[in-house]
Order: sequence, then structure tokens, then C-alpha cells
Amino acid sequence: MARLSRKKQKAQRQMEEQGYISRSQGQMIWQAFRRHRVGNVGTIIVLLFFVVAIFAQFIGPYHYSRQFRKHSFSPPTTVHWRDDDGSLSRPYVYATERKIDLTTYRVTYVEDTSKKYYVRFFVSGGSEHRLLGFTATVHLFAARADDGSEAELFVLGTDRLGRDMFTRCLVGSWVSLAVGPLVILISFPLGILLGGVSGYYGGGVDMFIQRACEVMLAIPGLPILMAMGAALRGFGLSAMMVFFGVILALAIISWGGLARIIRGQVLAIREMDFVTAARAAGAHDLRIVLRHIIPNVTSYLVVAATLTIPGMMLTEAALSFLGYGIQEPMTSWGQLLNAATNVGSIELHPWILIPGAFIVVAVLAFNFMGDALRDAVDPYSIM
Amino acid sequence: MLTYIIRRTLYMLPLLLIVSLISFSLIKILPGDFLTRARLNPQITEETLQRQIDRFGLDRPFIVQYWFWLKSIVTRGDFGMSFDTKMPVFKTLFMGNRLQWTVFIALSTLFLQYLFAIPIGIYSATHQYKPSDHIVTFFGFLGLSIPNFFFALLVLWLLVVVFKVGNYGLSVAGVMDMRYYGTPLTWGKIVNVLWHMWPVWLVIGTSGMAGLIRLMRGNLLDTLSLPYVQTARAKGLKETVVVYKHAVRNAINPLVTILGLSLPTLVSGSIVTAIILNLPTVGLSYFNALQRQDENVVMAGLLFFSLFLLLGNLIADFMLAWVDPRIRYD
Repeated sequence: MARLSRKKQKAQRQMEEQGYISRSQGQMIWQAFRRHRVGNVGTIIVLLFFVVAIFAQFIGPYHYSRQFRKHSFSPPTTVHWRDDDGSLSRPYVYATERKIDLTTYRVTYVEDTSKKYYVRFFVSGGSEHRLLGFTATVHLFAARADDGSEAELFVLGTDRLGRDMFTRCLVGSWVSLAVGPLVILISFPLGILLGGVSGYYGGGVDMFIQRACEVMLAIPGLPILMAMGAALRGFGLSAMMVFFGVILALAIISWGGLARIIRGQVLAIREMDFVTAARAAGAHDLRIVLRHIIPNVTSYLVVAATLTIPGMMLTEAALSFLGYGIQEPMTSWGQLLNAATNVGSIELHPWILIPGAFIVVAVLAFNFMGDALRDAVDPYSIM
Repeated sequence: MLTYIIRRTLYMLPLLLIVSLISFSLIKILPGDFLTRARLNPQITEETLQRQIDRFGLDRPFIVQYWFWLKSIVTRGDFGMSFDTKMPVFKTLFMGNRLQWTVFIALSTLFLQYLFAIPIGIYSATHQYKPSDHIVTFFGFLGLSIPNFFFALLVLWLLVVVFKVGNYGLSVAGVMDMRYYGTPLTWGKIVNVLWHMWPVWLVIGTSGMAGLIRLMRGNLLDTLSLPYVQTARAKGLKETVVVYKHAVRNAINPLVTILGLSLPTLVSGSIVTAIILNLPTVGLSYFNALQRQDENVVMAGLLFFSLFLLLGNLIADFMLAWVDPRIRYD
């Protein structure tokens, strides 16, 4: 909400006493945004996801690449709420041990009910991680018996190498959430600059940039990204470089559409009286573009950015799922689903599908947030 | 109008040319020399290899290679040989009616999307802000937010593991049971294809539904607030006549014009679905070629997708010109 100076607040109070209600543009947008209930829920979920991503290593009980060799493809650990006599108890788990059925060769995990490991919160002594700039060993929860011994607690089961899926989903959210904003950080300035120049100057520059846009729009998105991913993978780059490569690739193929829309907007605004006035007052081109034209497209840009993010997340997920996106040891939700490519594996270990739920919820939340923003930036429309 | 069509069609050529240059360079910077690998393959004789080298100038500089490749495509329609299948690229990319299946899946999904999205959009607009409107919108967004590949996996898991359709003699992946391949068209075959196609339609179709529903809803709401609709109501016409005969007819125009634009999204959206559900599409050929670093097929595949994209845009332009007489063609 826009902060008002004391003088303005006083003026507003006087107006309201006389029966008038005055609202600034920011206040109206905020009110319209608040009216969109689903959009509000979406925004809260998005914020929650970012908080969880920041504290991933703290909320997750283990280091995300720690391999529990004896617990490969362990199902989610059952948390017990009742004692043996049926009365309510503090939540506890049992240690599990792998058993192989010698006739079917099916792996099952059997609980060892001799000792109870209670779920405790804010436990220190776990794996080291960085928390708000400090190195810490404290984790949100762990399962420990009264004598201090620890049992494995896999909230969402483990993968093939016995790594905790819960921690991996949380850590993976960092990449999945970062992809969209990082792509926008590159593609938007590019699109705004090229679209702005194209619309403002016109002529030969406009002609050239527009042809470039058409080429970009003629490139088939997913297939070319797959080929770029194969190239990145083939060069044997580090996981971090591949991550930046994927972001760069996504940015390169996505600025064309934005540049066209910005061009159209600039073309229309350029002819408006206030631009002519600014020019008559002697403002130079850069000032006109930055101070007079860009503010008029800001609301559109904010909405476009919010609605671009979920699309980028979906593309990254699909690429990583196919093996042409994020590479080990980095991880993202799509990359985690890479283990679920065949139905046989899903049948035996259905919990490896869970990262997909993270994608759906996050993308849905982003979409609703963007939808609410789109309705809100035009506060004069009748809702 | 005719000159407009011809000019727009011809304009595709330079675009395709640039896309071909981009995909060619991308494939050529890929590490791993195909000649070395082809030499290691005992199935490819030195003679065949030499013929390929001569024809495509594979021992020459990059730009010469591109020129040879382009010349071969333009003069002979020859995209080269697939190093993986040892067949011409075209046969590899389109083997076993893959082109037909790709087009069929895209068009049928498009048809079903519109078949459902238009009535849902009308319903949503005429029941604005009612609970049913919110529910419809929510499901639209859900379809938009589920990644195609995850939805396909989920459907596969539900059918195979949860409902165990295999016990009823039903198979899931592919476009029909193995025994129907190459047999003449019978009712049994059609039913079988329909059984295999519904998950495909569901997975690919839902991802574009939300946009269409929103567009239809928004347009209809705009139209319903216009004075001529008020006049129609004032004349005492029934509400159904006002909505369907007066408002919907005008509100539907933008949907017709974006029809062509959804075609390419359907094709690239179907790539991932095709890989999981094992559909015989060009997307699957492309993925396999990429996996085996079959460079000629990958380049041809990229050109194919680009062509499909441009055709979609072209159709959209024609539709716009055809539906809206105010558009100038010159």
C-alpha cells in the first residue's frame, strides 16, 4: 500500500468527514487484490514455498544427498499416535529393517517394535547446514529414543539410493522456484529494451528487431530446449553451469513475445499528449522512455511476469524430467520425477510420484496469484 | 485476399531458412563427432560412409557443410541418412504413419478442447460469480497447472496399478493393441483406438482448456454488456435466444482466430505425453533421435516442428482475415 505523507493523510481525513472517500491508485489495486480470495490464498502459498525453500535444510531432517544404503526405496515411515494399549501417545516411530521375500524377491520394510523413537522438535546434532549465515546442526524434527539413539524418519520415503525424499523435495524447491524469476531477470530487460527501442524509434531499427522477433517466435520451444539441454549435458559442464545454461536457454527463446507486446504499447503511448508535452519541454529520449512510457506499462509487466513464472516452472520440470534440464547433484521437482519414468517402478514405489504434487500446488498458486494481480491492476474495471 | 495468402505463405520460407541455420549450428556445436562413431559401427560400410561424407561435405568447414545440407534438401528433398536406423531421415522421422498420428492427435485434441471449452465458457459467463463458476474456473486452472508428463504418469498409474485394467484384458500405452496394427478398419479396432486415445486427449487437452474457457467467458461477459444485447432483452426475447443467438455469435470470434495458434502448442505438449504413453508421433521419433545423437534426424525434426508452428500462425492469420472483414490484407 502506498504510504501517504501526513499532510495528505490530513486532507484525506477531511474529505472522508465530508462524505468523500479518496483512494490512491496503490490503495485501489490493493483493495481489488484483497477481493480475489483464491488469489490471496495462492499468494500466501507462494510466500510459504519461498520460506520453506530458504529453510529447506533446517526443515528436512537429513542432508539431501545423504544415502541410507540400507533403506533404498523405503516407503514413508509410519508415525504412530497410539500406545500398545490404544491410548493417545506422543507421536513415535519404530526403526525399520529391510526384508526380502525369498519367493517373490519383493522388498518390504519391517518395523522393530522393541523400541519407540519419539518425534522431537528442534533437535540439534544432525547434519551441518547453513542457516541465516551460520553453520547449524539443528533440524526441525528427528525421531529419538529416550536413550538418545536415533531412528530414520522418512516423511515421504526414500529414492533408489536411500536418500530422503522429503528433504530432496524441499531442497529441490529452491531450483524449481528460482528458475522462473531468474529467467524473467534476463528475458524481461531484453524484451523491454528491444520492444521499447523498436516501438519508440520505428523505421529500420523497428523493422530489424521485428524480423528477429518473428524468427524467435518461429523456433519450436520445447524441442529446441531439449536439443540445447543435450548440448549442455554433452559438454560435461558442472551441475551449476547446466542450471544457468537452462535459465539462459529459457530466456533466449522467450523474449520475442514480450518484445512484440511492449512495442505495441510503446507505439500507442508515444503518440499521447503527455509524451509530446515532455518532448516539447526538452526531455531527451532516455528520460521520455524511462519516466513517461515505462511507468505506463509497469502494471502490465508485473502481471506478465507473474503469469510467465508458472509456465517456466512447467517447462523446466518437463526438461528435467526428460533428463535435459537440471542435472545431479542439483535437484528440482522435475528432476526428482525423472526416477518415475516407468510404470513398474511407480507400481512398487508410488511415493516417488510425490514431487509432482509440489509442482501442481506451486504452479497453481502462482497462476492464482497472477490472476488476482491481473484483475487488480485495472482497479477501475467493474468486478 | 489471394495475394495476401501467397505473400504470407512465401514469407515462411526465409523464416524456415533462419530456423534451419540455427538448428544446424546448435547440432554442430554438440560435442561428439558422428563420423567417429559411425566408423566404429560395423554395420555401416566404409562405402556408405564415404558417400555421406561426399554428399554432405562432412570433412569441410561448417558453413560449407550447411550449404551442402541445404542444397541436398532443396534440390533432392534429401535430409540425409539416419545413423541410427540406417534409413533416410524422412522414413525415420515419420515411420509407421507417425506423421498421420501426430496430425490426428493434434486435430482431435483441438476439436475436443473447443467442444468442451465453448459451452463451459458460456456456462461460466452466464453464472458469473456463482459457486459453479468458481468450480469450473478452479478445474480449468488445475488442468493448466498439472505438467503434462506428471498427469500422464498419474493416469498410467491409476489405470495400471489402482484399477488394474490389465486384468480386464485392456492395455494402456500406445494408440491401439498390438494385434490391431496393420489390420483393416473394423468397429473393434475403432473402439480399441478410442480406449487408447482418451487418456491422451485428457492429458494434452486439459492443459489448454483454462485459457480457452477464460477467453470465452471474458468475451461473452463483454458482449453481454453491450447495448444491442440490452435491446434484444428489451424486445422481450427469451434469455436463451439473447445469449446464444445474439451474444455468443459475436463473442466466439476471437476463439476462432486463435485456433491456429493452439496447434503448435498441442504438438510440442504432446512430445512429453508421447514419450510416456508410447504414442507413435514425430515427437517420439525426435526424442529417440536426440537420445541416440542422431543428428540428421534431430535437425529434420526441429524443422518439422518449426514448419508446424508457422503453419499454425498462418492459419490464425487467415482465420482472422476471414472472420473479421475489417482486417486489411495489403
